[in-house]
Amino acid sequence: MSVLTRRTAPLRVPTRSIHMVERNVMAYRHNWIIILSGFFEPVLYLLGIGFGLGSLVPAVSTGGGHTVSYAMFVAPALMATSAMNGAVYESTSNFFYKLRYAKTFEAVIQTPVGVEDAAMGEVIWAVIRGCLYSIGFVVIMEALGLIASPWGGVLSVLAALLIGFAFAALGTAITTFMRQWQDHEIIQLALQPMFLFSATFFPITIYPPLLQAFVAITPLYRSIHLIRGLTTGQVDASLLVDVLYLVLLGLVGVVVASLRLRRRLLK
Amino acid sequence: MALMAGTLHVVEYNVLVFRRIWRGSIAVSFFTPLFFLAAMGVGLGGLVNRSSGGVNGVPYLDFLAPGLIAAACVQTAAIEAMYPILARIMWDKTYEAALATPVTISDLIRGEVVWITIRMFIVAAMFWLVMYLFGVGHSLASLLAIPASILTGLAFATPIIAFTATRRNDNGFAAINRFVIIPLYLLGGTFFPIAKLPLALQVLAWATPLAHGVALARGVVLGNVSASDAALHAAVPLAYFAAGLIIARALLMKRLAK
Repeated sequence: MSVLTRRTAPLRVPTRSIHMVERNVMAYRHNWIIILSGFFEPVLYLLGIGFGLGSLVPAVSTGGGHTVSYAMFVAPALMATSAMNGAVYESTSNFFYKLRYAKTFEAVIQTPVGVEDAAMGEVIWAVIRGCLYSIGFVVIMEALGLIASPWGGVLSVLAALLIGFAFAALGTAITTFMRQWQDHEIIQLALQPMFLFSATFFPITIYPPLLQAFVAITPLYRSIHLIRGLTTGQVDASLLVDVLYLVLLGLVGVVVASLRLRRRLLK
Repeated sequence: MALMAGTLHVVEYNVLVFRRIWRGSIAVSFFTPLFFLAAMGVGLGGLVNRSSGGVNGVPYLDFLAPGLIAAACVQTAAIEAMYPILARIMWDKTYEAALATPVTISDLIRGEVVWITIRMFIVAAMFWLVMYLFGVGHSLASLLAIPASILTGLAFATPIIAFTATRRNDNGFAAINRFVIIPLYLLGGTFFPIAKLPLALQVLAWATPLAHGVALARGVVLGNVSASDAALHAAVPLAYFAAGLIIARALLMKRLAK
């Protein structure tokens, strides 16, 4: 197939992504300690903010007349944030390095593995890495008595997978537009306020209504809302909105990333 | 004066590099405290004040803000003392080039310390300004939080330079960050009083320069620290700084002298 037709052909279903994932597993075999230590940070936040600072904070209202302890309020937010951070780091900094310097994908697409497989494979890998952190964090939460029911714990890991998928897809798509390392500062500038203001440390009911409405459509807020509903046991139909939002975000991200990657690689 | 000339050249080098990136850096130095004080000080602080009427008799924002200045300086110092220094030792070999001139190893260390102090001054001054805008620290003495925070950062800068002087790659930096800087940041008295920690951790916390630096910055802003306590809180970071300086010098000598 000529380059021109390959660039304009409809995207294929990425059935060969597993090879991209395998490549990443092999590449990380000797760096597993880096992956392991990433687990440490959210746990410290849980101890410092959830329990240390939490000792100064009374029970927090989560709407509908429910209140939970501060640690129980903060823990799901930290879990969602950690799923986001892991996925974003993997899909921006690491992916950018492979795209720009290591030229990993130039080599990959000379094989039967296509750009769709490469884009989806990168997203799946980021999700797997995020999943390991989520399972570890849920175990700690359960041990500290911060999960209302065992089902909530299991479902929250699945929710964290979905969050990882959505942010990894978004991050991969954004990274294909990047030209230099300094562009990563813009991502940090977006992540930090999301981390601080998305009902992570306090309910958004303290904001004026317009600001509440704005925060409610940001991806981290939806992620925290989803996991908090599951771990505190306040399950209702609004969680379906979160799921739908994250699925759509993820799919749009994968399609954009594939199209952009194709333009960039098939010259 | 001849003693200072070499040091100034090292500072000048840093200034020339910084000229290319200062816009982004100043913006970050302003927005980070703005976001943090709004979220943690006002948002979360509202919850704290409603239940316990603040911390140690003051609103939570007043408790938090001065300590965060010291913590911000520590983070700045840590970053500046790791990657850029190692790059100059082994990746870019800037020091090797500098040592081919009349600049000495002592100049290199003094110059880097002066430069890190300037970087921290920018961070601390911006932070103080944001704190002022939030209505905390409206006294002349609260300006002393800036030197107190810089001193706290210096207590980390020289020991970390010493550590960096022993490195052959950057693997250890993530560990310092995860196992030293972040735990101290979250548990070292910035966000809640050290008295809330288990006793063993309290003892450990008071052995670190961060706890004393935070207490000093907080004390001068709130105007409730005695002279003797202030002296102690200044002496501990100063001791870390001095010990770090001596060790860093010895280790850099060993690494760079041919």
